[in-house]
Amino acid sequence: MESFIEFFTFQYPNIKYVVFGTVLLSISSAVVGCFTFVRKRSLLGDVVSHAVLPGICIAFIVTGTKNPFYIIIGAFLTGWLSIVVMDAITRNTKIKEDAATGLALSVFFGVGMLLLTFIQQSGSSAQSGLDTFLFGKAAALVGKDLWAFSVVALIVLTITFLFFKEFKLLAFDKEFAKIIGLPIGQLEMLLTSITVLAVVTGIQAVGVVLMAAMLITPAAAARYWTSNFLMMIVTSSVFAAFSGVLGAYVSYAVPSMPTGPWIVMVLSIIAILSIFFSPTRGIIVKVIKRISIQRQLLEENLLKALYKIKETNSNGVVSIAELAAKRKFSERQLQVGLSRLKSEGYLEHKNGNWILSAEGIIKGKRMVRLHRLWELYLTEYLRIAPDHVHEDAETIEHVLTPDLEKRLEELLDHPKVDPHQSVIPK
Amino acid sequence: MNAFYIILTGSLVAVSCALLGAFLILRKMSMVGDAISHSVLPGIVLAFFLVGSTDSVWMLVGAAALGVITTFLIEFFHQKGQLQTDASIGVTFTWLFALGVILVSYYAGNTHIDQDCILHGEIAYVPIDLFYTASGEPIAPRPVIMLSFLLLVIVAFISLFYRQLFITTFDQAYAQSIGMSTNTWHYLLMGLVSLTTVASFESVGAILVVAFLIAPAASAYLITNDLKMMLIIGSFFGILSSILGYWLAYFLNGSIAGAMVTVSGLIFTLCYTYSILKRKAISH
Repeated sequence: MESFIEFFTFQYPNIKYVVFGTVLLSISSAVVGCFTFVRKRSLLGDVVSHAVLPGICIAFIVTGTKNPFYIIIGAFLTGWLSIVVMDAITRNTKIKEDAATGLALSVFFGVGMLLLTFIQQSGSSAQSGLDTFLFGKAAALVGKDLWAFSVVALIVLTITFLFFKEFKLLAFDKEFAKIIGLPIGQLEMLLTSITVLAVVTGIQAVGVVLMAAMLITPAAAARYWTSNFLMMIVTSSVFAAFSGVLGAYVSYAVPSMPTGPWIVMVLSIIAILSIFFSPTRGIIVKVIKRISIQRQLLEENLLKALYKIKETNSNGVVSIAELAAKRKFSERQLQVGLSRLKSEGYLEHKNGNWILSAEGIIKGKRMVRLHRLWELYLTEYLRIAPDHVHEDAETIEHVLTPDLEKRLEELLDHPKVDPHQSVIPK
Repeated sequence: MNAFYIILTGSLVAVSCALLGAFLILRKMSMVGDAISHSVLPGIVLAFFLVGSTDSVWMLVGAAALGVITTFLIEFFHQKGQLQTDASIGVTFTWLFALGVILVSYYAGNTHIDQDCILHGEIAYVPIDLFYTASGEPIAPRPVIMLSFLLLVIVAFISLFYRQLFITTFDQAYAQSIGMSTNTWHYLLMGLVSLTTVASFESVGAILVVAFLIAPAASAYLITNDLKMMLIIGSFFGILSSILGYWLAYFLNGSIAGAMVTVSGLIFTLCYTYSILKRKAISH
């Protein structure tokens, strides 16, 4: 609790740097991540973050210093080059995007590793610490880093704001953007540049591997809560900022814990919760919907079968064996379905046999009626042979509304019997 | 002798990867290989701390389990959660990797299994890690024995089930219509990819595995249309990358794995140029 108060009242300047740094970084990554997400190129961030290594090394070899300015320029150039290479491979050969992605990622990183070890073996003392660019040091951010993050975040957000409409069009309908005369090439270059910029600066805080998550995960999570692109950007930024703060807090409260992985952990938990619990696209909602539909189908089919038996045997007392002979139900379905119908008042149970209640008769009759009306409609209007209409009617009977039922009846001129000469009940 | 063992290890990894990689590329699942190579980290860490030694079978088991879990999660988020494939891969492997790093930090501030180790590996140490007979005679480096065994399994798997792999790779709908379980073959293939990643990571590092899964097979894919030829040429490119890579590293005094990847990248560049020139020649 003490650390909580210390942390959130920014008692030490370092806390402020870390929090603002990670929040700015998280937000700018999330914003560019939304664009790569909707362009279905989420793994671009992964490629760029691996591809900066050779650039960092070359910048060091050429200039001989670890000046962040040169290092970032070097990183930016090879990061950019990796995307160009990837695009060239997918455009000019039969190799698909996934293989081109993996290829660019691993080869650039491999070359970088060769260069890095080459530098390390060369014995230059200035090289030590070059690899912190790769593995991140979010907990050790200082004022200078905050400055760099602010500038980058500002550039990324301003460009996104100015070209929002164009980028959106590019992301969703490239062909249309081309037709209305937008400079596609330049816009793509700009979008790629801010993506690379966000990645290059972000790596220093969270490391190569986790940088990919900073782009992908907030966008993926936000997609489950909105279908509006602007809202998606806002939502993902909120998720990202929240994770940034929480990640920084965890590593403040428990000093042995790294910041970057905790930011990604929080982000991932948000994303996984969204996948399960989103009210529109979530897995849980879909499972519930499917179960309730299955339940409805089972109940309606049971009532229909019971009503059909009642048509031939007017006392309406039906045994389980009769019901099973009429239509194929599993034992579990019979048990669960019948007892549920009973508790809903559609059925009565007497000496091991089942009888339809008044309400049950109405509902069962309606199902049979809809089924036969539809069969008749198919034979009359679509000229389908009477022995081919049953399957279709089995499906549609659960969907027809009372309104449609009325119109069907009028269209068929209040028919008495279906194509199989069974009476259509009133 | 050291050079021989290092090149042999590289070649064993390269051939195993090229064979599996050909199927990954054709199934458009190359990035799943990349994902697995990162997400095995928590499995390795847990196995290490639960059993307490680095050279146990448990690390293999832990990592292979995580590999299969990764594959499953990617499919699950994609199919049940309706998350697009690229994002599903990205979310899954970064999450598991973050979990792995957190576990490392939790168990011990600084151990020698860190993300450095999993990304880099160190093939130069292979010859030291010897396997002894009961009487104490050295036979061969342990990774060489393990990787040879793995390669045998992969070759046997592909030659025995070539037809099934072929059909499920090129025509899923047909495979299903003749009653084949495409899922079974998907998970079997991914299981082998996980095993390969895990068996190779100590000696060559995750990035070399990813590069060897994709680069040789992709290079071969550019110069042939025949799956069998692709498997053979891919393996050949893999071996070539190991040999030339070793000597490149020797001259530059740099990372051997990095140099092998660099050479495989150069081979790809050559094949790429060849395919472009050939296409131009045809269109003229």
